[in-house]
Amino acid sequence: MSQSQPSTRRLARRISWETILALLVFIAVGGGMLLNKDFLTVENWSNLLANFVEIALMALPLSLIVITSEIDLSVASMLGLSSSLLGLLWEYKLAMPLGILICLVVGALCGALNGFLIVRFRLPSLAVTIGTLALFRGFAYIVLGDKAVADFPTEYTDFGIGTVPYTFIPSPFVLFIVLAAIFWVLLHHTTIGRSIYATGGNQTAARFSGVNISRLKMLLFIASGVISALAGIVFTFRFSSSRADNGTGFELSAIAAVFLGGVTVQGGKGTVTGVVLSLLLIGIINNVLTLADVASEILRIVTGTLLIISILLPNLIASAQERLRLIQRQRELAKLGSLSATK
Amino acid sequence: MNIPMIKYSLIRIVVIVCALTSVGPVSYGQDKPIKKDLKFTAIPKNVNNPYMVIQSGGAVDACKELGIECKVVGPSETGASAQVPYINTAITQHQNAILIAANDPNALVPYLKKAMSQKITVVTLDSDTAPEGRTVFINQASAEGIGQSLVQTLAKEIGNSGDFAILSATPNATNQNTWIKYMQEELKKPDYKDMKLVKIAYGNDEDQKSFTETQGLLQAYPNLKGIISPTSVGIAAAARYISTSPYKGKVALTGLGTPNQLREFVKDGTIKEFELWNPADVGYLAAYAAAQIASGNMQGKEGETFAAGKLGNRTVGKDGVVLLGPPTVFNADNIDKFNF
Repeated sequence: MSQSQPSTRRLARRISWETILALLVFIAVGGGMLLNKDFLTVENWSNLLANFVEIALMALPLSLIVITSEIDLSVASMLGLSSSLLGLLWEYKLAMPLGILICLVVGALCGALNGFLIVRFRLPSLAVTIGTLALFRGFAYIVLGDKAVADFPTEYTDFGIGTVPYTFIPSPFVLFIVLAAIFWVLLHHTTIGRSIYATGGNQTAARFSGVNISRLKMLLFIASGVISALAGIVFTFRFSSSRADNGTGFELSAIAAVFLGGVTVQGGKGTVTGVVLSLLLIGIINNVLTLADVASEILRIVTGTLLIISILLPNLIASAQERLRLIQRQRELAKLGSLSATK
Repeated sequence: MNIPMIKYSLIRIVVIVCALTSVGPVSYGQDKPIKKDLKFTAIPKNVNNPYMVIQSGGAVDACKELGIECKVVGPSETGASAQVPYINTAITQHQNAILIAANDPNALVPYLKKAMSQKITVVTLDSDTAPEGRTVFINQASAEGIGQSLVQTLAKEIGNSGDFAILSATPNATNQNTWIKYMQEELKKPDYKDMKLVKIAYGNDEDQKSFTETQGLLQAYPNLKGIISPTSVGIAAAARYISTSPYKGKVALTGLGTPNQLREFVKDGTIKEFELWNPADVGYLAAYAAAQIASGNMQGKEGETFAAGKLGNRTVGKDGVVLLGPPTVFNADNIDKFNF
C-alpha cells in the first residue's frame, strides 16, 4: 500500500513545468496546422522565429536576474538606446564594427549603472529599473531625436533579414541559439549557476555559504545591458532603421516569456529550457492568431492572459501538492496512532 | 470579442454612409477591366485609431464596388516594426495587394520589397515609405497646399493683420513641421506683412496638454487674434477651451480636424472654417490604384492615368505619387453633409 504512493509522487515530480510547456507547444503546432494551411510553410517559420529574436535575446539574462529574485525592466529602453546610438555613429561615418563595439560597451555601462544602484544602495531593482527604463529611453531621444537613420550597409541588413544558407533559420536567430546554449551551461553546470539559485532561494544562506551576492548581481545586470544592446543592434539591422522609439514595450513580452517559462517571481526557480519553450510557445500562438487574421487587441489579451496563467498555475500546483502532502501525513499519523493503540 | 466587432461595425457604418451619399448603383466608366477574385490586405498605422478606421473603410468600400475581397488587419501600436508581421502574413496568404499607411519610411521597405518580388502590388497611403518599397503612394494633399490654405483661411478671418500662434503636435512630428514650414513660406508674401507668428506651441497630440497650451497662449499674448492648429487633437482641445472662455468670438481658430469632432464648435461660432481631406477618399483611391495595377492595367509610372470610381480619373505624378486633391473646407453651410 505504501509502495504506490511514492511512485505517484515521483510521477508528479516528473511532470515538470517544462513538460507541460513542451506539450503546449505541440498542441499549438497542431492547432496551427489545422487552422491554417500556410502555417507549416518554411517561409512562415522563418518569419515566426525572426519575429521574436530580440525579445528572446533579452529574456535570457532576464531569466537569470529573476531567478535571483531581482528584475530588469530597462531592457527594451536599452535596446532603443543602442539602436539610436548605432544610427548616430553610422551617420558620423564611424566604421560599423567599431560602432557595434561602442554600443555593446554602452550597454555594459548602463547595465553596470543598474547594478551599482541596486547593489551599492540596496535599492529594489523594480524601482531602479523603472527609473532607468525612462532614463535610457530619454538618452535614446537625446542621441537621435526624432530622426531615423536608415542607410545601413547592405552586408549588415542582409544579415538582419537573411537566413542561414540552405535553411529557413533567420541569421539573427543563430545568435539566440548560441547564447541560449551558453546561458544553459552557465545556469545548470557551473558554480555561478548554483550561486544564482542559492541567492534566489535564500539570500542570507547564500551569503553565509560564501556567495559574493553583490558581484553576482552586478555581473548579471551588466550581462543584461550588453545583451539588450545586442538586441538593439539586431533590431536595427533587421529593419534597417535606427529610431529612438525602437522596441517600445518589448520589456513586457520579455518578462511574460520569463514568467511563462517557469521562473517564479519569488526567485530560486526556473530553467533555460523552460524559457526557450515559452518563447517558442508565445511565438507560435502569435503567429497562428495573426495568420487567422485575429485582431491585434486580441493578441494583447492573449499575452496578458498567458502572463497571468503562468504566475497563477505554478502557485496553484504548488498549493495542491502541499495539500496532498498534508493529507498523506495525516493518514500516516493516523496509521501510526492506530498501530500504537493496538500495541 | 467586442473590440473588433465595434471596429467592423464602425467600418460598416462608414461604408453605408458612403453608399448612401454616392449616387445610385455603381457604374463608373471603367476603360479597362478589373481582374476577378482579387484579395487585398489593408494595413492601417494602428487599428484603434478612428482616423485610420475611416481611411480603411474607404478602401473596403472601393473593394466592394470592384468585387475585391479586402480585409483590414494591423497592429495596435505604432512602433517601427509593428506592421512587419502583417506584411509577412499577407505574403504567406498570397494576397494580390497590400495597402499600407506606413509607420516608418524605411523599416518596412525590405519586407515590402519581398512582397513585390512575389508579384504582390504594394500601394502606400497617408504615410509613404521610401519609393523602392511601393509602386504608388496616395498622398492626401500636398504639404505646400495645406500650409498655404491654412494661412489664407486665417488671414481672411482676421483681416490680414494681427498676432497669431500655431498649436502643433510634437516638436518633431514630420507632417506638422512640413506644414508649418510652408505656412512660414506663405507668410513671407506681402499680403501678410501685418500678420505676425508669435509662438509655436506644442500640445504633443495629447488632449490635456493641448488644452493647457491654448490657455497659456491666450494668457501670454493678450493681443492674439488667431490660432492655427494643424492637428485634429490640437484643434479640438483649443476649440473646447475657447468656446467656454471670454475669448470666444474674439480669437479666430482654424486648422485640420474632422467634422464630427468640431461640429458643435462650428455651430456655436468658435470656429468659422477648418480643413481636411476626406480620409475615406484616401483609402478609396488607394484601393482603386491597387486594383488597376494588380489587374495589369497600369504600372504606376509617371504620367499614367487611371479611373478611380466616383473620384474620376487620377494621374500618377513624379516618383509614383498620386494626389487626392485640395483639402475640403468645412463651415457652417456644409458641415452637416459630412459624417466622419
